[in-house]
Amino acid sequence: MSTSSLHRRRLAHLGILLGPASGFLAIFFLCPLVIMLVYSFLEPGLYGGAEWVFYPDNYGRILGFANPDFEVYDPVYIAIFLRSLRIALVTVAATLLVCYPAAFQISRLPSRWKNFALFLITLPFFASLIVRLFIWVLILKKTGFANMVLTSLHIVSTPVELIYTEGAIVIGMVYVFIPFMFLPVYASVEKLDWSLVRASQDLGANGFQTFWRVIFPLTLPGVIGGSIIVFIPALGNFIVPAVLGGAKVMMLGNLIEQQFLGARNWPFGAALAMLVMAAVLAILFFYIRFEARRGDDAPVLR
Amino acid sequence: MGEHIVQLERATKAFALPEGGTITALHGIDLDVERNEFLTLLGPSGCGKTTLLHAISGFVQLDAGKVRIDGDDVTERPPHRRPVNTVFQNYALFPHMSVGSNVGYALDIARTDRKERNQRVGSALELVGLGGLENRLPRQLSGGQQQRVALARAIIARPKLLLLDEPLSALDRNLRQAMQIELKTLQAELGISFIFVTHDQEEALTMSDRLAVLNKGLIQQIDTPRTVYDRPTNAFVASFIGASNLFEGTVRRSSASTTVATADGLQIEAACAGGWKPGDGAAATALIRPEQFALAGAGATGPTIEIAIEQVVFTGLTFQIHGHTASGRKIVAIIAAIRRADVAQAEKDGKVRLGYDPAAVHLLPDDAPAANEAVAGVAA
Ligand SMILES: Nc1ncnc2c1ncn2[C@@H]1O[C@H](COP(=O)(O)OP(=O)(O)OP(=O)(O)O)[C@@H](O)[C@H]1O
Ligand SMILES: [Mg+2]
Repeated sequence: MSTSSLHRRRLAHLGILLGPASGFLAIFFLCPLVIMLVYSFLEPGLYGGAEWVFYPDNYGRILGFANPDFEVYDPVYIAIFLRSLRIALVTVAATLLVCYPAAFQISRLPSRWKNFALFLITLPFFASLIVRLFIWVLILKKTGFANMVLTSLHIVSTPVELIYTEGAIVIGMVYVFIPFMFLPVYASVEKLDWSLVRASQDLGANGFQTFWRVIFPLTLPGVIGGSIIVFIPALGNFIVPAVLGGAKVMMLGNLIEQQFLGARNWPFGAALAMLVMAAVLAILFFYIRFEARRGDDAPVLR
Repeated sequence: MGEHIVQLERATKAFALPEGGTITALHGIDLDVERNEFLTLLGPSGCGKTTLLHAISGFVQLDAGKVRIDGDDVTERPPHRRPVNTVFQNYALFPHMSVGSNVGYALDIARTDRKERNQRVGSALELVGLGGLENRLPRQLSGGQQQRVALARAIIARPKLLLLDEPLSALDRNLRQAMQIELKTLQAELGISFIFVTHDQEEALTMSDRLAVLNKGLIQQIDTPRTVYDRPTNAFVASFIGASNLFEGTVRRSSASTTVATADGLQIEAACAGGWKPGDGAAATALIRPEQFALAGAGATGPTIEIAIEQVVFTGLTFQIHGHTASGRKIVAIIAAIRRADVAQAEKDGKVRLGYDPAAVHLLPDDAPAANEAVAGVAA
C-alpha cells in the first residue's frame, strides 16, 4: 500500500471518529457563539430585539467609552465584574483548602473505605441543585438554623443578616463546587509515588521541605486542573447568587440573565457575556502557555 | 566510637495484615556491620530484606530492639536525621527535577553554598560516569544511567553508610556486571560501608566482603562468601546458594570413615575435616556441589555414584549433566568442557559413574528447625 493512500485512510478514520462531535459542536456551540458576538455589536431595539446597525456602545457602557447620546457609562458593571472575579477566586481557594488535605486522607484509606468516600463526594449530584440551595436558604435566613444556634449560644443577641450577602454566596459556591475540585485533585494525589517522599526524607528533608519540593510540585497539575474547572463556572454562575444573594448581591450571571429576560436588551446582555468569555479565555491561554513551557519536564504520569 | 558502623540488637518487626493477623518480617535480628564493609543481604522474596534496610534508614519503626549507627542509638530518630542514604529499588528519582537537582537535593536541603554545591554535583556525576548530564531529566536517561544518578544522589552528602535495595535488578546482564564492578570500586574509593540487597546469588558471591542469608525474618548464616558456599550451616542456605545435591540420611561412623546412609541405599562418604562432626546414628544431610563431581574412569579409586543420564547441557565452559540414580534420586554434575570426549561417550552409553572427594563433602545437621522451615518456605 502506498503511503499516500495510507494517509488518506488515516484521514478518513479521523473524519469518522471526530465528525459527529465536530458537527454537533459546530451547530450547537459555534453558531450560537457567532450569533452572540454579532448581537453584541448591534443597536438594541426600542421594544427588545435589535437593529442592524454597528453599535460599539454596548461595550462602551461597560468599559467607559460610550457615546453619551445613546448610552451611559456606569461603573456598576465593572464593579459587578470585579465582585464576580473575587467570589470566583475565593471559591477556588476555599474549595482547594477543603479538598487538598481531604484527598490525601482519602487516598490513604483502605480501598473499601476509599470507594465509599468517593461515593459520598459524588452523592450531592443525586439531588437537585435548586433543592440543595434552598436548604441553605433555610439554614441561613433570619429565622433559620444558623441564627437559632448563634442566639441560643448567646454569641449574638438578635438574629444577624446571613443570607443575601457575599458570604452566603461564597458558602453556597464552595458547597456546590467541592466535588469539581475534589476529583482532579484526588486523581493527582492518588498517583503520587510515595517512594519519592521517602527518597526526599532519606536525603535529609523534613516534612515541610518534602512537601514544598516534592509533594506539591507533583500534585500541581491536579490543583491547576481543579482550579480551572471550578473558576470558570463560578465566574458566570447565576443560580447560587440568584438564590443566596437575592436582589442585593448580584453577579455577572444574574446581570446577563436580567438583561436578556427582564430588560429585553439582548445586545447589551450579549456584550456582557462576551466579556466573561474573554476573561475565561485569557486565563485558559495563560494555563496552556504554562503547560507548554512545562511540557518537557512535566512529571511523568504513571 | 565503636568499630561497628551499624548494630542491630534483637530487631523485631511485625506488620498487621489487612485481612487480620500479623506477619513477622524481622524475627529478633542481631547484626553488626563493620566499617568499610561490603555486606550483602541475600534471601528469597518477602524474607524481610527491605524491612531490615528500612529499620536502619528509619522508614520502619521497630516493635522491639535497637538500632545503633556509628555508636549512636537512633532507634527513635526520624529518617531525615539519620546519617544514612539509600539507593532505592526503583531509583525513586524526582521526575520533575533535572539530573543536577536530583543529585544536588541533599545539598540544597542542607543549604550548602551554591558554588560548592555545583562543584560537588559535577564531581559526583563525574564519579558515576555521567559528567555533563546535569540538565537532562530522569526520564530522558536509560535505566543504567538512572541507576547511576540514584547512586550519585545517595553518595553526595557523604553518608557514613549507604543502603542499596536491589539497585541492579532492572539492568540487563552486561550492564549489571559492569555496574557490579563499578560499585565495588566506588565503595573502596569512598571508604564507606555498603549494605547491599539482592536476589541474585551470583551477585552476592562476587561482590561481598560478607554475606548474610535471610529467610523468614531470620539471619540463617552470615560469613564470607566462600565459607557460606563451602560450609553452609543448613539445608536452606545450601540450596539457596549454588546448585546442590543433598543426601539426607543417618550417620554411620567408624574409626576409618564417616558415611551418610540414605533411605534409598546410597552410602555417601565424608571426611569431616573441620566443621560439624556428628556422632554415630545422628541424622545428617550430606552436601555435594555439582562441580565437585568428576567423571570416574575405569581405574578410579575413591567413592563413586552411578547415574542414568537424562540430559546434558553445554554452557560453553562446562557440561551440566542431569541424571538420576537407580532409586530415582536426581543428581546434577558439572564437568569441565575439556572432558568433551568422555562426556560424549557417557552420553552415548546413557549412564555415567561420578566420583567425588570425601574431603569436599559437607555435612549439615538435619534437625535444625529453622532449616526445615526454610526449605518448606522455598517450596511453598
Ligand atoms: N507495610 C507493610 N504492611 C504489611 N506487610 C508488609 C509491609 N511491608 C512488608 N510487609 C511484609 O513483610 C514481609 C517482608 O517484606 P520485605 O519487603 O522486607 O521483603 P523483601 O525481602 O524485601 O522482599 P523482595 O525481595 O520481594 O523485595 C513480607 O511478607 C511483606 O509482605
Ligand atoms: Mg524488597
